[in-house]
Amino acid sequence: MKNSFLIYLLLLISLAPYSTMPAENEIATLRDKTTLSAQKIPNFIPKVTNNNIKKMRSFPMQPPVIPHSIRNYEINKNNNKCLTCHARLRTEQSQAPMISFTHYIDRDGNFLAEISPRRYFCNQCHVTQADTKPLVKNNFVDMRNVIKRSSTSTKAN
Amino acid sequence: MKGFFKIGWQTIKSPSAYYSLGFLVLGGFIAGIMFWGGFNTALEMANTEEFCISCHEMEDNVYKELRRTVHFSNGSGVRATCPDCHVPHKWTDKIARKMQASKEVWRTFFGTIATREKFLVHRRQLAENEWRRLKANNSLECRNCHNFDYMDFTEQSKQAAYQHSTALASGEKTCIDCHKGIAHQLPNMKGVEGW
Repeated sequence: MKNSFLIYLLLLISLAPYSTMPAENEIATLRDKTTLSAQKIPNFIPKVTNNNIKKMRSFPMQPPVIPHSIRNYEINKNNNKCLTCHARLRTEQSQAPMISFTHYIDRDGNFLAEISPRRYFCNQCHVTQADTKPLVKNNFVDMRNVIKRSSTSTKAN
Repeated sequence: MKGFFKIGWQTIKSPSAYYSLGFLVLGGFIAGIMFWGGFNTALEMANTEEFCISCHEMEDNVYKELRRTVHFSNGSGVRATCPDCHVPHKWTDKIARKMQASKEVWRTFFGTIATREKFLVHRRQLAENEWRRLKANNSLECRNCHNFDYMDFTEQSKQAAYQHSTALASGEKTCIDCHKGIAHQLPNMKGVEGW
């Protein structure tokens, strides 16, 4: 009992310098390191990529990203602007990729003639892209590279 | 009553007994300038955005929606005002449209779209009126600024260049056929071609 208390005390002392470190250095936000009393000079608003060139998906089940501008596209209870090109019936004329067949399946597994209500709001998963530096460091590694790395390490063994 | 008209006709028919020819000609000329100028000034005053949005129906609905679009705010600072798209620029067509607009004044008095809810109920009908008008005049108001002959397809996205160089170039489609709801929100588009 006495021993465990000593260990706890030691731990507390060793961690003390970290607890006094300002939190703003650890978390990257849109405000960066601006103090609360100052007004941050806003970042430039990046331009939306509008080149209509497909981006590779980072993993097979990733929702594909939108390679064009969608300014003022309405997706509401009246209309869905995306579907005027991406719906099955429109793709021949528009030459746009058809929304995946999974979007026609409702939650009970039934195939519908129209897009399933749960997939109606495109922007929930599909977003436009901008060429910017990431705000937060990202350690994502493509799974192919993970496989490659693990296979070389097993070979080395 | 008949006598009254007879006296009026007699006055117009008979030569002037009191005024000189010079006075009548010059006076008529000056009065003509004043009336015509006044008429056109009033017409142009009624053809400004300030006049359009002096009614709350226009300011609270369509104008507010326009402010978010590229026809209001953009990189080059060129913008379209209400009459640029909704009133023909040619004089005879403009007068014809102004005469039609007298019905809209009537509707304002009776408050047909006096609230947002009422406006939304009538939105499809209002939109269809404009679509029909633009379809009939081959999107004339669009073409007052956007000229097909000077379109640089290489500046457009692949998809836009394809549609413009085929459907638009052949005259099979006109601007409004595809570009609906670019300046205002859309009504329920059920049954509209392409939706």
